[in-house]
Amino acid sequence: MSRLAAKFEELAKTGRKALIPFITAGDPNPEFTVPMMHAMVDAGVDVIELGVPFSDPMADGPVIQRASERALAHKMSLKRTLAIAMEFRKTNQHTPVVLMGYLNPIEAMGYENFANAAQRAEVDGVLTVDLPPEEGQECRELLKARDIDPIFLLAPNSSDERIKKMDEIGSGYIYYVSLKGVTGAGHLNVADVEDKLKQIRANTSLPIGIGFGVKDAETAKTVSVLGDGVVVGSALISKIEANLDDLARAKNEICELLASMRQAMDERGTRS
Amino acid sequence: MNMTEKYNMPDERGHFGPYGGMFVAETLIPPIQELDAAYQHYLNDPDFIAELDTDLQYYVGRPSPLYHAERWSRELGGAQIYLKREDLNHTGSHKINNTVGQALLAKRMGKTRIIAETGAGQHGVATATVAARLGLECVVYMGAVDVARQSLNVYRMKLLGATVVAVESGSKTLKDALNEALRDWVTNVDNTFYIIGTVAGPHPYPAMVRDFQAIIGREAKQQCLEATGRLPDALVACVGGGSNAIGLFYPFIEDKSVKLIGVEAAGDGVSTGRHSAPLCAGRPGVLHGNRTYLMADDDGEISETHSISAGLDYPGVGPEHAWLKDTGRAQYVNITDNEALDGFYALTRMEGIIPALESSHAMAYTMKLAPTMGKDEIIIVNLSGRGDKDMQTMAKREGIEL
Repeated sequence: MSRLAAKFEELAKTGRKALIPFITAGDPNPEFTVPMMHAMVDAGVDVIELGVPFSDPMADGPVIQRASERALAHKMSLKRTLAIAMEFRKTNQHTPVVLMGYLNPIEAMGYENFANAAQRAEVDGVLTVDLPPEEGQECRELLKARDIDPIFLLAPNSSDERIKKMDEIGSGYIYYVSLKGVTGAGHLNVADVEDKLKQIRANTSLPIGIGFGVKDAETAKTVSVLGDGVVVGSALISKIEANLDDLARAKNEICELLASMRQAMDERGTRS
Repeated sequence: MNMTEKYNMPDERGHFGPYGGMFVAETLIPPIQELDAAYQHYLNDPDFIAELDTDLQYYVGRPSPLYHAERWSRELGGAQIYLKREDLNHTGSHKINNTVGQALLAKRMGKTRIIAETGAGQHGVATATVAARLGLECVVYMGAVDVARQSLNVYRMKLLGATVVAVESGSKTLKDALNEALRDWVTNVDNTFYIIGTVAGPHPYPAMVRDFQAIIGREAKQQCLEATGRLPDALVACVGGGSNAIGLFYPFIEDKSVKLIGVEAAGDGVSTGRHSAPLCAGRPGVLHGNRTYLMADDDGEISETHSISAGLDYPGVGPEHAWLKDTGRAQYVNITDNEALDGFYALTRMEGIIPALESSHAMAYTMKLAPTMGKDEIIIVNLSGRGDKDMQTMAKREGIEL
């Protein structure tokens, strides 16, 4: 069983929901990331989404765009992101790591080289924002052959047919984009998410992580009731951006926010 | 050449061999499928075609002339040069052929809001124009660098009622404008139609924009036959994203005797790295929804580009051009900023026609090509836009304050 499947199974048994932070590898510098990952685990997170910096992050809002720019200014790359994942894994065997990014760096490395490198780094999942199922068969099969879960997105306008497709080809979990927009945008509408989750649940048994629009402990708690996991990215990266002159403080503020989310999510209690 | 005699690219999911496709985030899949279905439907709808033809004739001013540049041909001493006068279209470039078509589609699809990206501003102006005519809200994304160097077009768009958003991210040029337009679209998918200005983006855009621009080549072919009794020997067009080039080339693809030559922007020179010539010096990759040749580094990060002409300052190129290059059906060359200026001055002074800096690249290559050909041979060059928008850039280079 993959590390992701095992994690979601373990959480389901205890009635807890996954807290899934997203940070961009190498933001604001390459040395910051591995200690930050360990600190997040200590703050109570279950899965880490590690963003691969890209020059043209078309699905991201300004906060994550700037995170990519800061990382790229330090020559961060897919190769170096994999090295960060490998470094993290040396001292943490139980927290799944999902790489999240865009296709072109993977195209440049070559699908097979990438799949091999991801396996060596013991990466657990790969979410490629601009690689929909129709175009992704080759890459997906190479990953699956190495027990790496291809993670897919679903959106508020996804059809039943689309959900079934993701159920068929995806594994690990499904990332539900809770609003039409870019990362860090607006506020999610709880009633809309609730309705959509019913439709998604009717068409897949994969765990659902919900992201986009999760800003604080309160939204994390609300969303955790609806899905199996809560993804938070821009709210964390904003802490880095606000404390570029004091990264120890950035790290503390990120951990405090995550700990408050953890607490709120667990308060909601088991078995709703 | 591994191409079939009958050319019928792309396939139903938008692939030109390994190029093209639909590489977008999940939220854009439904609107793109909706667009593809609508396009496939109206492509064969006689009412739609009739309305489009009427607009092209009475609003755009088509057909555009095929003009024999006799003095320039004599001066160069080789092939007879014919200019396809897209500069004479309403709004001053070929871009309006496509925006008229996509705006009609937007109207039929019930969309109330139009967005567009623009580099030189020609596509932005052409979009703002059709949006004004149809009474649709219009937002144009333009890199902050381009806003500065094409301020005349910014003013035109504002006059036409569009909101122009200066994009400050990345290299602040056309690619960043495209990123920002995609972000807008993903946020406002329900009421918004994204009019992409070139033959790039996810399927169906490369095929759809080509089909709307193919009127250039259809007219040119007929006009050439009428004027000379035969097909041309070569077609020359500048290539940024490549819409004017594909518009001219497409109706000639099966006419194997006709050489197709696309001219990329070499900026300071391809060897300097400061250029916009992915077909000449790039590699395949995925950006903005399709696989094509790109300017990117070894890690797959997109490189910053350079060209004197904002409209060619783009790190990618339409996927059909990538395919035409690989199959050998078209040939792609490059022209530096300085050579483009020679083309600009030559056409201005020999024929009394001031070309856009983009089109000047095609003129500059024609100056190299024509003398190598016989006097009985024919080149058709796409004069894709007029140079009025570039007066400030040119005056500044000459040290003149306007």
